[in-house]
Amino acid sequence: MTNVEAVRTTLHDALARDERVLIMGEDVGARGNVFLITKGFLEEFGAERVVDTPLAEASIVGVAIGMAMEGLRPIAEIQFADFIYPAFNQIVGEAAKTRYRSNGDYTCPLVIRTPYGGGVRGALSHSVSIEALFYHVPGLTILAPSTPADIKGLLNAAIECPDPVLFLEHKKTYRSVKGEVPSGYYTIPIGKADVKKAGTQLTVVSYGYNLHQALEAANRLEGEGVSVEVIDLRSIRPMDKGAILASVRKTRKLLIIHEDNKFGGIGAEISAMVAEEALFELDAPIRRLAGPDVPAMGYAQPLEEEFMTSTDEMVEAMRELAKF
Amino acid sequence: MPTTITMPQLGETVTEGTVAQWLKKPGDAVEKYEAFVEVSTDKVNAEVPSPVTGVIRELIVKEGETVPTGAPIAIIDDVAAGAATPEPTGSGSPSEQVAAAAGDRNAEANHQASDEPVPGGNVGLSGPTYSAPAPSNAASGNGASSGVAPGGVRVSPAVRRLAREHRIDLARVRGTGANGRITANDVLEAAKAGPSAAVAAMITTAKEEPHPIPAPPPPTPPPTTSAPPTPTTTPPPPPPTPTPQERAKPSYAGARPGELIPLTQARKIIAQRMVDSKHTAPHAWTMTEVDVTNVWKWRVREKDAFEKAYGVKLTLLPFFIRAAVESLAAFPLMNASFTDEGIRVHRDVNVGLAIAAGGNLIVPVIRHADQLSVKGLALAAGELIDKARRGKLGADDLAGGTFTVNNTGANGSILSAPILVPGQTGIVTTEAVVKRPVVRDDDSIAIRSMMNVCLSLDHRVVDGAVASGFLSDLKKRLEAMGPTGSL
Repeated sequence: MTNVEAVRTTLHDALARDERVLIMGEDVGARGNVFLITKGFLEEFGAERVVDTPLAEASIVGVAIGMAMEGLRPIAEIQFADFIYPAFNQIVGEAAKTRYRSNGDYTCPLVIRTPYGGGVRGALSHSVSIEALFYHVPGLTILAPSTPADIKGLLNAAIECPDPVLFLEHKKTYRSVKGEVPSGYYTIPIGKADVKKAGTQLTVVSYGYNLHQALEAANRLEGEGVSVEVIDLRSIRPMDKGAILASVRKTRKLLIIHEDNKFGGIGAEISAMVAEEALFELDAPIRRLAGPDVPAMGYAQPLEEEFMTSTDEMVEAMRELAKF
Repeated sequence: MPTTITMPQLGETVTEGTVAQWLKKPGDAVEKYEAFVEVSTDKVNAEVPSPVTGVIRELIVKEGETVPTGAPIAIIDDVAAGAATPEPTGSGSPSEQVAAAAGDRNAEANHQASDEPVPGGNVGLSGPTYSAPAPSNAASGNGASSGVAPGGVRVSPAVRRLAREHRIDLARVRGTGANGRITANDVLEAAKAGPSAAVAAMITTAKEEPHPIPAPPPPTPPPTTSAPPTPTTTPPPPPPTPTPQERAKPSYAGARPGELIPLTQARKIIAQRMVDSKHTAPHAWTMTEVDVTNVWKWRVREKDAFEKAYGVKLTLLPFFIRAAVESLAAFPLMNASFTDEGIRVHRDVNVGLAIAAGGNLIVPVIRHADQLSVKGLALAAGELIDKARRGKLGADDLAGGTFTVNNTGANGSILSAPILVPGQTGIVTTEAVVKRPVVRDDDSIAIRSMMNVCLSLDHRVVDGAVASGFLSDLKKRLEAMGPTGSL
């Protein structure tokens, strides 16, 4: 099963399982989503549960917040993460604060799904990574699974979560990543990272598409006798500090890879956390591979490749850090 | 920022101090409040804590040297002030050494943040200063400066911590990391064989060691007034064979010299003061015997309740001191000092207690002992003895004595001739209490608890009449004490 199939089947099962669940977004109904994720859902579950919305992201999220506070389980889709900015106030200013400002009287069991990331020649408005814009906000859960099995388990957990969840799906992995998916309903605990590959000489923390590149790079280095441990963060916030620290304490070296801009990115937070918690375990400077500080990913292939960290670059960085 | 440490004034009356022993040497890390020098004043060695966290830069005063209070004795580079500039010679980064030796996480963090080099990579273990080969900058490509400062190598926090934990001298660990950097694994490998073996195993060869440990200098030939002997192949004549008579003689030529115990500063001071006292004050000595049966009974009656109430054992000593200070009031010349200007009769009655503690003789003082009851004296003496045994006496505890009581009986002595504390006129001993038959005034014979009391006196101040009068008075007072009294 590919990542996109994992999203589709999980959503389908959720709709079938729980009548409170509904999907709303641009083109999710008759069109079946631009990636055909919800194709056929409208016919199967009806227009009240698969709702086509106007091109108004603030409304999509705003209405979904109201539904969530009244007991439904809305899954709002932002067609591309690049379009989420109009809904920023609804997400940050309202959804994330609902439980806190109502002293727990209200919660906001809302899932906001959105494809993010580059590598598909999406260009300016279809390639952005948005996690750093939101992970600063307490009250908001941000998930970014990378494999079909994790997508299913974490999407189910997100739908169950009583508080708002921003569910990020890297579009490059939609069809390029395949994997076994356990049958039946299951959830993966939010806030738990996963060691995708065990190693001893170096810890790599990543997520999304970069995670798969990192795994490939680590496997290449295995032939050189370099043992790399690759951690899939999966949950950006809450962050699994324990898994990261445990790994760093074992390998004493840390490389963080993410596609989002480097400055102020999730790598900065992880780096600071490790420096605070495990400085005396470190045997090398913490290193980050991330997107450059440019406003957007270019459409031209050379520009896109320049923005995206290549597997070769990862290999080289891991090799140097292991050798340090 | 360097901090100059001065000779502290360890008591109000103290004007000078002797550096008894340096507990640190230049280059050593010292934490704030960590003792780094022993200073002797009076008869005690007081450990002086460092006022700053830093590294000893210079010891100005040698051991055994006496300087006035306030005189500079050492300079410490203050790490906390962030001015621990590495010496140009690469003798060590103060902040690094402090962090390594003291395990000061903050200091270590500060160091790491500043990305200072770690000259020598020494982690506070003893060893020669390390001058590592200067590898070129590690081309890590991560933007982190990984160059090498002159005279030293950088080590990561993990390496520093592991080296400290496993007691590995990084100066002797060969790095396998980029450009010779010492990695955490290098330290762990070195540690596998244990600290000393690890160090030996990882020592670089002389060829590779840029600054090998210098070999010890050749032994100096014995002084001679003649020309050096010409080398010859002729063997020296054999020693003459001893005759049977000579063999039978006992020979002491090969006697073992015995153990030589170096003089501690405290012992030096004690010796000097004893000599001074004996040379200065012409000692006379007298003794009386005291029937302490009744006061002993009193003590026995009170001791359990007293210990329960105050946590202090009630001995005969406070009763004795009480009697002594009353006698001093009756014979004030015994509480005096001989000076060139005249005999100074002290207004205060400050009784020193001679105590053996930690191999030294110290005499802490109960101030205004004449104003204390038996109970007060017991508590005051108990506190001083406790402090003496824990090494917590301060200079003020030892200063100002005007008369001394020496409890030699505690060790079973029945007679002793104590040496005066310089400047005092009398020192009196309480000897062991011994039960023996005594012929009493009414010609009866009774078993009594008897104690000898000995007095050494400065014959310049008092003569036999005063001394005997004092001793007789003391005897009467002790014998008058009984179970009907109040503590």
